[in-house]
Amino acid sequence: MSDTKTVEPPPPAPEQEPSVPRDRGGMLAYLIGHQSGVVILVALAISLLVGAALIRYQGVSPWFAYETLIREALVYDGAFTRTLQKTAPLVLTGLAVVLPLRVGLFNIGGQGQFATGAIFGAWAAYVAGGAGFAGAVLGMLVGIVCGAAVGVLVGVLKAWRGVHEVISTIMLNYIVAGITFWLVVGPLQAEASKTSGIPQTETIPEAARVGSVAGIPIGFLIALALAVLCWWMLSRTTMGFRLNTVGANKSAAGYAGISIRTTIVLVMAMGAGLAGLGGALEAEGTLHRFEPAIVGTLGFDGITIALLARANPLATIPAAFLVGILRTGAAGLQFNTGIAPEIVDVLLAIILLMVSIPVLGKWLFRSRADKVSVASTSWGS
Amino acid sequence: MNTWVAKNRTTLVVAAVLVVAAYVFYYAKNDIAPSMFGAAWGYAIPLVLAALVGVIGERSGVVNIGIEGQMLLAAFAGFFAAAFSGSMIVGILAGVGTGLLAGGFLAWTTVRWRMDQIIAGVVLNIVATGLTSFYLVSGEILPGVIPNIEVPVLSAIPLIGDVFFSGRSAIALVAIVAAVTVHLALFHSRWGLRTRAVGEYPSAADTAGINVERLRLVNVTIAGSLAGLAGVYLSMDASSSFERGMTAGRGFLALAIMIMGAWRPLRAFVMALFFGFVNAVASQLQQTGGVSIPPQLTGTLPYVATLVVLAVAAGRVRAPGAVGQPYVKKDQ
Repeated sequence: MSDTKTVEPPPPAPEQEPSVPRDRGGMLAYLIGHQSGVVILVALAISLLVGAALIRYQGVSPWFAYETLIREALVYDGAFTRTLQKTAPLVLTGLAVVLPLRVGLFNIGGQGQFATGAIFGAWAAYVAGGAGFAGAVLGMLVGIVCGAAVGVLVGVLKAWRGVHEVISTIMLNYIVAGITFWLVVGPLQAEASKTSGIPQTETIPEAARVGSVAGIPIGFLIALALAVLCWWMLSRTTMGFRLNTVGANKSAAGYAGISIRTTIVLVMAMGAGLAGLGGALEAEGTLHRFEPAIVGTLGFDGITIALLARANPLATIPAAFLVGILRTGAAGLQFNTGIAPEIVDVLLAIILLMVSIPVLGKWLFRSRADKVSVASTSWGS
Repeated sequence: MNTWVAKNRTTLVVAAVLVVAAYVFYYAKNDIAPSMFGAAWGYAIPLVLAALVGVIGERSGVVNIGIEGQMLLAAFAGFFAAAFSGSMIVGILAGVGTGLLAGGFLAWTTVRWRMDQIIAGVVLNIVATGLTSFYLVSGEILPGVIPNIEVPVLSAIPLIGDVFFSGRSAIALVAIVAAVTVHLALFHSRWGLRTRAVGEYPSAADTAGINVERLRLVNVTIAGSLAGLAGVYLSMDASSSFERGMTAGRGFLALAIMIMGAWRPLRAFVMALFFGFVNAVASQLQQTGGVSIPPQLTGTLPYVATLVVLAVAAGRVRAPGAVGQPYVKKDQ
């Protein structure tokens, strides 16, 4: 027996955009839908303002300084190639932080992993130099393996002994620095270097170097390909699924049968291997040998890039490009205006700060702040 | 008394063994032991202070990766303030004040703005490296020195007096006092109980009426003053100059020390001494050129030792329960 009154269906809802609040439209809707992009632009703007103040304080016109920076990085002869050359290792060190970050691990060991790959990759390329480009490839593989070895150590210490990766990676940075320095003034030192006193390894022969194709460094293309590969791995493969699951909820992942320990070691190996590749490419493509100063700020910049990219492999490309422009331009900036290149550190730190405050997004968009913690994990697990 | 002895059996035994070993070494190798112990303590002083910063922060539930940056900024500020003002006191105050400010920055961004604590520390480190290198001026000198103090009665004790109380910098004594004070405060005072509650289980502390946010803000900020003192020691006492990146990873070593000391001030103190000692051994090896180990490798000894000790011990200690998580009241 039907005792339900037939009810008129409610009048059809008014036409509206699917994911946008009712009374906003157009530009604002677009901005709200692309929050992270806007936050980054705002962060960039604020940091440039603060940088301008610092530059002005040194007695230089900020316009001139920024203009010089851009010119040095993009406009002058060969500048764009140089910037891309600089961006390549940055993408890789950025990925080196991004991959472990997806599992909740904070890999600050980019410096050491990069250096390991650089010295052994350079040596391998030198030794196999007679074989032409195959020598370069060998160098890259050696770089990956040696970098990965460092990562495996960190992963094993974390997975089996609970040693927090922040500390172990930093300790390894210093240990690797000591070991590579010893190698470069000891067993692996170049003959010429012994007389000149500058610590270097043997120069890699022409054939085994990594050059450019139509002005675009091959290293950059390799880095690009790897970034895409990482994105594909994370979003389309089973392994990526495992990584993401362990990162999202360790106990659920364990309950689902994923081996947490293996995942930790694997992801650290992958990340460190990428950093090692970056080192090998830098040695083969830019410096053509290993010197202690080859690492520079590349490892730490990788951390900044990964955080700017919000742990998204594809986003490391524009982030690395930004840092590449700043770093390349800064060298010329010092030459032309006397402003120390460390100003880039200040700019980057401010951008990073602005981008990392969840409340900033909240304030700009009056919406719920995102997931609060990207990187924090407790020491004990 | 007996229960206390019974409960702390292992600690007492280990401590006794260490003390005996130290004295044996002291008398057996009287030519190098005093200087080694002295060097060990000298290396350990900033580590003790920095580790205390970490302990206070983490006991309150806030991870502080930025100790390195705090120390570097303070070293910079202290040195140049003293050099330009002509007064050591101004320098010391500037250094400690900078540590406080940096601590305040960390506290505010992580507690109020709920920024990820590790990122905040990383940002602080980057800013510190950038600013101190950007504004570095060479050729400045300090107007004076930090006085060394000879403590009347205690300096007469054979080994301990020599190392800790006789002719050591005033900052060294402050470090000792600070370690003891923080220990007493943390485990025998109301502030300590509240702090630990906030670090273990903030929602319970909140229910009990403790203002979690404010306590964390205050703790992390005030702890910054210790980092400031450590920085001051580095640039105004241990050496009389400021160099780029002179902290050389001590802030991170301090975190390792904190973990190995199980987040307890006095154990962290001992661990710092252990590190100082390893460093002294490394220096000794470098000098006597013994066993043909190249100096670049012996220099890595403290860092290798850290890894080894952590690998053995880290799994067994437990961090404060709520460390790393910003506290959000349920109705916010």
